[in-house]
Amino acid sequence: MLLELCEQLSVWAIPGVLLIVPVIGYLRKVKVYEAFIEGAGEGFHTAIRILPCLVAMLIAISIFRASGAMEACVAWMGPVLNVLGVPSDLVPLAIMRPLSGSGSLGLATELLNTYGPDSLIGRIASTVLASTDTTFYVLTVYFGAVGLSNPRYAVLVGVSGDVVSFLASVYICQLLFAH
Amino acid sequence: MASGILYAGLNGRIEVVTLSAISAAKSAVELTINLIGVMCLWLGIMKIAELSGLIRGISYILTPIIGFLFPSVPRNHPAMGAIIMTISANMLGLGNAVTPLGIKAMQELQTLNPKKDTATPAMCTLLALCTTGFTLVPATIIALRSAAGSVNPTEIVGSTLVVSLLATIFVLVIDRLCRAVWKR
Repeated sequence: MLLELCEQLSVWAIPGVLLIVPVIGYLRKVKVYEAFIEGAGEGFHTAIRILPCLVAMLIAISIFRASGAMEACVAWMGPVLNVLGVPSDLVPLAIMRPLSGSGSLGLATELLNTYGPDSLIGRIASTVLASTDTTFYVLTVYFGAVGLSNPRYAVLVGVSGDVVSFLASVYICQLLFAH
Repeated sequence: MASGILYAGLNGRIEVVTLSAISAAKSAVELTINLIGVMCLWLGIMKIAELSGLIRGISYILTPIIGFLFPSVPRNHPAMGAIIMTISANMLGLGNAVTPLGIKAMQELQTLNPKKDTATPAMCTLLALCTTGFTLVPATIIALRSAAGSVNPTEIVGSTLVVSLLATIFVLVIDRLCRAVWKR
């Protein structure tokens, strides 16, 4: 019931906002079209400003993946994570999740198709995917947009959050879906 | 990046570096092109909401909660409204609306920043909240699961909620700790 409500809310949120905001704006005597154009113009410039940062980050990550350095990293981290109770098939997903949104979506799809979405591994993979965001993408885009070069401790906080979400996904799913 | 190039070189696969660098540069441009559209849409809508006083109204209600997490942001500063919009969109799982709103919030926070090239504590907190991505309805994953033939695609909503909540609390604690350590 609550779940259905949440889902309906999620489906209606965007159309709702797109309807309500201009209507309220119109009632409050805002020049709706002019205001939209002004905001959209800002959006355009911001998107262009992000491009160089995004190119730099995607190249770095892509080389890391394609060169096989990532697989080496997986092989190296695997035993450590195994000790912590992480199934070895999930290790690549753990490394990929903070680096690449499309990459981790691809890995998770593969896991769902191999093990079935209702297997423990399928459920953990779904939870990992759903409960965190692509840390390095968010970092690059948000800080790139305002031209920050010194993120201070933000990287540390973001990555530690990823580690905790991943381990929590593994344990919570084992607890919830063990039967 | 250096580790990747060296690793490929040592394993005699140096040519993949060139290929992957070029294709990554290309996909960054594609990503930006897609981003331009949603950025224009959401920042346009935000502008209307801002001028009509909607954001001020919503901020007025939610500021006591969010203000606790961002003590350095003045209560009536535009950054507060933008932060609230970002977090709301994140919770509703409105994927591509979050990025434009988050960037907007960062830009507003930048106006409060005395050292323009260095992140402020408030910026780090916002980033921490966004990277853990507290989501009530993970729509993409539910779709993915039903496509893979799940009997009950929404069953992971519960586990996601618990995990997100734990991770968000953890990240906020770490953020506070780091803030204290880095303050010098």
